[in-house]
Amino acid sequence: MAVMNIREAIVSTLHAEMERDEDIIVLGEDVVGGNGTAGGPEAIGGIWGTSPGLWEKFGPERVIDTPISESAIIGAAAGAALSGKRPVAELMFADFVGVSLDQIWNQMAKFRYMFGGKTKCPAVVRLVYGAGMQTAAQHSQSVYAMLTSMPGLKVVLPTTPADAKGLLTEALRGDDPVMFFEHKTLYGVKGEVPDGDFRQRFGEARVVREGGDVTVVACGRMVSFSEKAADKLGADGIGMDLLDLRTTSPLDEDAILESVEQTGRLVVVDESPPRCSLAADIAAMVSERAFTSLKAPPAMVTAPHSPIPFARNLERAWVPSPQKIEDAVRRVLAFR
Amino acid sequence: MQFNRDELLGAYRRMKTIRAFEERLHDEIKTGEIAGFTHLYAGQEAVAVGICDQLTVDDKIVSTHRGHGHCIAKGCDVKGMMKEIYGKAGGLCKGRGGSMHIADLEVGMLGANGIVGGGAPQAVGAAIAARLQGKGRVGIAFSGDGACNQGTTFEAMNLAVVTKVPAIFVFENNHYSEHTGDAYAVGTSNDIASRAEGFGMKAWRANGCDYFDTYSTFAQLLEYVRAGNGPAAIELDTERFYGHFEGDPQRYRGKGELDRLREERDCLKAFRARVTEAVLLSADELDAIDSEVEALIDEAVAEARADDLPDPAGVADDVYVEYY
Repeated sequence: MAVMNIREAIVSTLHAEMERDEDIIVLGEDVVGGNGTAGGPEAIGGIWGTSPGLWEKFGPERVIDTPISESAIIGAAAGAALSGKRPVAELMFADFVGVSLDQIWNQMAKFRYMFGGKTKCPAVVRLVYGAGMQTAAQHSQSVYAMLTSMPGLKVVLPTTPADAKGLLTEALRGDDPVMFFEHKTLYGVKGEVPDGDFRQRFGEARVVREGGDVTVVACGRMVSFSEKAADKLGADGIGMDLLDLRTTSPLDEDAILESVEQTGRLVVVDESPPRCSLAADIAAMVSERAFTSLKAPPAMVTAPHSPIPFARNLERAWVPSPQKIEDAVRRVLAFR
Repeated sequence: MQFNRDELLGAYRRMKTIRAFEERLHDEIKTGEIAGFTHLYAGQEAVAVGICDQLTVDDKIVSTHRGHGHCIAKGCDVKGMMKEIYGKAGGLCKGRGGSMHIADLEVGMLGANGIVGGGAPQAVGAAIAARLQGKGRVGIAFSGDGACNQGTTFEAMNLAVVTKVPAIFVFENNHYSEHTGDAYAVGTSNDIASRAEGFGMKAWRANGCDYFDTYSTFAQLLEYVRAGNGPAAIELDTERFYGHFEGDPQRYRGKGELDRLREERDCLKAFRARVTEAVLLSADELDAIDSEVEALIDEAVAEARADDLPDPAGVADDVYVEYY
């Protein structure tokens, strides 16, 4: 076991997997950085520091700096994947999905199905997402629900360095298009990472806490916020089952249902507006499939139905807080 | 350029197969047996065949919504295509894709595409893969005068130029993007090749209603790209003999336009005249191919009609390679 942060886990996994499999290529804006400048290539090594050393080690034919052309980045990844490569395309901000959506949604997600199951599209799209750095309305969104709704895509959201390694390895060795979400506030989160070959299967939620009184389902940054709420609730003798989804497609429905069948109470925490959200999706699934187990209506802790604001206090008001999670838990427990 | 007899017979057979396939669809669609959108390629055969005749299975192409011609020229099974268009279980894509989504990766056909401009970036990806393979293979995007106005096409051309990959942009200018003329919609005075040049790549122009001009011009381009000079483009001046989609009333056509095109711009007629006048092939030989092709299309339609419908139990199969 080595201790590292999520950024380091991603970098080391990319290095290890590219060494293992020569079909893996990386492309995106500034994944090298500095091309065409006095500073020269590798001047940046990725705006988020997630691709240093790749260009030097694997060369310009496998590590490709692209212009700011998101449709072309994702489309080229799709075409390379159909041609036998395993591309890793980086979207510097997940919000740029808006620019490139056709290539994700109408193209890579649908190839296998449309073409009668005779092809595969093993592309990984890395999307940097989330609020918390005052990056405002067009650089802060958590667009995982939208992509989760699209058949053909797998959607992955690591919250620990170990999961970052295990889930990225699984993505790179699988044969389906994977949307790999990296929360911009979580890159520095440290933890132990298993050495050597380590894969984390998709569709297996991580049991973060076992408390038995209420089931809290979260992903991304909301997992650590829920842990903070759990600490405060624990002081009052309230035990939380906390599930970190790890992947929203596939979704570990069994883990959610098993917990709710024990606790009878569900809180879903989602860093996005409430309509057609992951929170709504899970609340609906539980209401339909575990109705008789429920002792209270499922609660959703989400952002408001608004874009993400810039000002520090406004952004904090927008993001679901540990306090709001704690309040929601107390509310479902008080329901009679 | 010199062509031997087999090459000429083969080229004619492939162009004739596309023509017969499309004309038969035009008739069969009226019976109501074929649903959805069908965009016929008839009139443009010299482009698909003149280009694909020079490719190997390792050269990849991406196609358009008007993709039947590219599929046949690249080697897709005609009967499998017909079954696909009829929505049958034995279709090339098991009846899931239909006319706009035919693909066969085994012959390097990465897919027709229902989204105008959807394919061009994918050809750059195929070219990235081809360069890594290191055997001089190429990735080709077929686009029309409609797709030449899509941002994806612009992005793809620029990406190909800056990464210097062996991507080829084939612009088939049939002068109509759906129901709008290129004189209106293509701002560069209906000149698409100059756009490619504007993006920094070499571009060629050819008569897309002439197999020989298309072939010989593309041969120069292909040699240039295979040699590692980066991407290139070609604009083919061509014609479509039917509407944008089957059912299109084509009110935008000039009086007598279609008759004139059939008379003056038919690549099959031109091919026949050229090879018989030069005494390279006889009219009888070409007539024999016509008969064989018509028989093949008859069989394809009969087999498509007789084939089973896809099993609804499989409606959600093949969404993923690996399920959990």
